[in-house]
Amino acid sequence: MPDRTGGVLVFAEQDGGKLAEVSLELLSKGRELADALDQHLGAILLGSRLTDQPRHLIACGCDVVHVADDPRLAVYTTLPYARIVSDVIAAAKPEVVIFGASPTGRDLAPRVAARLRTGLTADCTNLQIGDHTDPVRKTEYKKLLYQIRPAFGGNIIATIVTPEHRPQMATVREGVMRLPRPDPARHGAIVPVPVKLDGEADAVRIIERVKAERKVNLKGAKVIVAGGAGVGSPEGFELVRELAHTLGGEVGASRAAVDAGFIARDHQVGQTGTTVRPKLYIAAGISGSVQHRAGMAESGQIIAINTDPDAPIFAFAHYGIVGDLFDVIPKMIEAYKSK
Amino acid sequence: MPFKMVVLIKQVPDTKNITAKAMNDDGTVNRSALPAIFNPEDLNALEMALAVRDAHGGRVTVVTMGPPSAAAALREALMRGADEVALLSDRAFAVADTLATAYALGCAIRRIGHFDLLFCGRQAIDGDTAQVGPQLAGALDVPQVTYASEILALTPESIRVRRLIEGGYEVVECRLPALLTVVGEANEPRPRRAKRVAQFKRARSPLEVREAIARQLDPEKGKPDPARLAERANPVIADLERQGLLIPVWAPADVAADVARCGAAGSPTKVKNIESIVLVATDHKRVEPTKEAIAALIHELAEEHIFD
Repeated sequence: MPDRTGGVLVFAEQDGGKLAEVSLELLSKGRELADALDQHLGAILLGSRLTDQPRHLIACGCDVVHVADDPRLAVYTTLPYARIVSDVIAAAKPEVVIFGASPTGRDLAPRVAARLRTGLTADCTNLQIGDHTDPVRKTEYKKLLYQIRPAFGGNIIATIVTPEHRPQMATVREGVMRLPRPDPARHGAIVPVPVKLDGEADAVRIIERVKAERKVNLKGAKVIVAGGAGVGSPEGFELVRELAHTLGGEVGASRAAVDAGFIARDHQVGQTGTTVRPKLYIAAGISGSVQHRAGMAESGQIIAINTDPDAPIFAFAHYGIVGDLFDVIPKMIEAYKSK
Repeated sequence: MPFKMVVLIKQVPDTKNITAKAMNDDGTVNRSALPAIFNPEDLNALEMALAVRDAHGGRVTVVTMGPPSAAAALREALMRGADEVALLSDRAFAVADTLATAYALGCAIRRIGHFDLLFCGRQAIDGDTAQVGPQLAGALDVPQVTYASEILALTPESIRVRRLIEGGYEVVECRLPALLTVVGEANEPRPRRAKRVAQFKRARSPLEVREAIARQLDPEKGKPDPARLAERANPVIADLERQGLLIPVWAPADVAADVARCGAAGSPTKVKNIESIVLVATDHKRVEPTKEAIAALIHELAEEHIFD
């Protein structure tokens, strides 16, 4: 195997100069992986007119930050970013490269993996360092990246390895790693990256960009009231909203409710939505598919409301209420208001 | 101005509707018991291509890689309006990760020849990776527009697309040829047309024809004398081809694919371990849906400082 001493590299995603939370989460995991490998932690940051972001990345655990600062990189587009990231990887030769599984990370990482012809695992919920023995050839590999992810609609958890190809690459879900505590006293190197492009910036032109600040903050919510197919209609979600509002929480939804058009996708909790860990999760009219469970099972307390006493949700709820949510929720609102 | 388009689709187990029948006694999912369906967002990709053809003219070819049974998804594509289909199927393609899948699909597209637009669904519901589209665009060295929700304008040189981003959307102009991955919100896939259903329900791949005739000739094992099988099957296959009802099956040699880059051999990632999620019943407190019981529950949670 070629000599690789380039450590762990995190793609530091930014938009308008603001670093993505998922990238910062990856730094605490990346630090852990780099320490387990006894190597350094790097970040790669692309953008235009960057200021104190590289220093913040160092404060959050990086030993080295590769910075490509160019007007053509101001807003994310696939080809220029894929080119620069691939070039940095080719030069720095990291063992491991991780991206947030954000829309940008999921657009960029496969393009980079295709360019480098290496393995990539999507949407990991955990990463670890461990050994591996090929079951057929009995070849032994030391200190590989275990890329752990749910698959099959959340019904299985698979551990993937990339034994022979480098770097080992993965995208990681938002919200599953903790945020690092920045230490302004940390030292690290900031390395400017020359921006060489051969027409990559000409393929796609952004005509218009409309981006609202994320209105739904499921990740940070202490209380989530989530509705499922049983809510029955967009109007039905008004009641779910009212309970969430009363309890000072956020509104969540199952994939079924989102697919049915009852509520916007940014409310979706589950394997393909957001992973949440509130103190209290109230699941109203949610049957409790494995894919939904994957996104909320670590909640402190789970209350399930469902008319079907055999709904799987009752198998992992702490409190089960067999009843109609349109009858139960008003009683909860009333009880809370008079508590 | 007609457009040459290829839609890449996947037949997937229906992971969204896991019924009790598909559950093992130990609480794990029996994957083989799930029905095989046309990946939902691939239907949106197909619809987007068909709408372009309706508006501008052109040709829509649908390609999938999978086991012989994936021909069913291609029949479905024909019934919904695809002009032609092809199935990449061979042992050498099996157990491919996303990179090896993208490589094989890229070889198939090169065999088809010139194209203006490639369409994929955003992601498949069995793996949820969303990687094959961008990796295929990378393999063919064409630009990509992921999360495409609407085509706003199309010329022979470029396409203007609305794509969904976190918390909003972008309108981008992309030069052709290009690859789009299409989201479920993009459109309402057209239903199968009765006339096309009647026409294409008889479409078969050579593998399916041989399999069916083998069962007739040797009902017990399905392994008759190869000469007899060929003698019976070949005219049927030739007849289907004459009627435009043959679903071609391509092996690596048919698409000039290097087998070292296909299937398990060509996959950098390996599955080390799979753990089934087991649904175990926890002890939960049953709360009656009465005013008093619910008030007591809220009180209990407040005591535990849940709402603080």
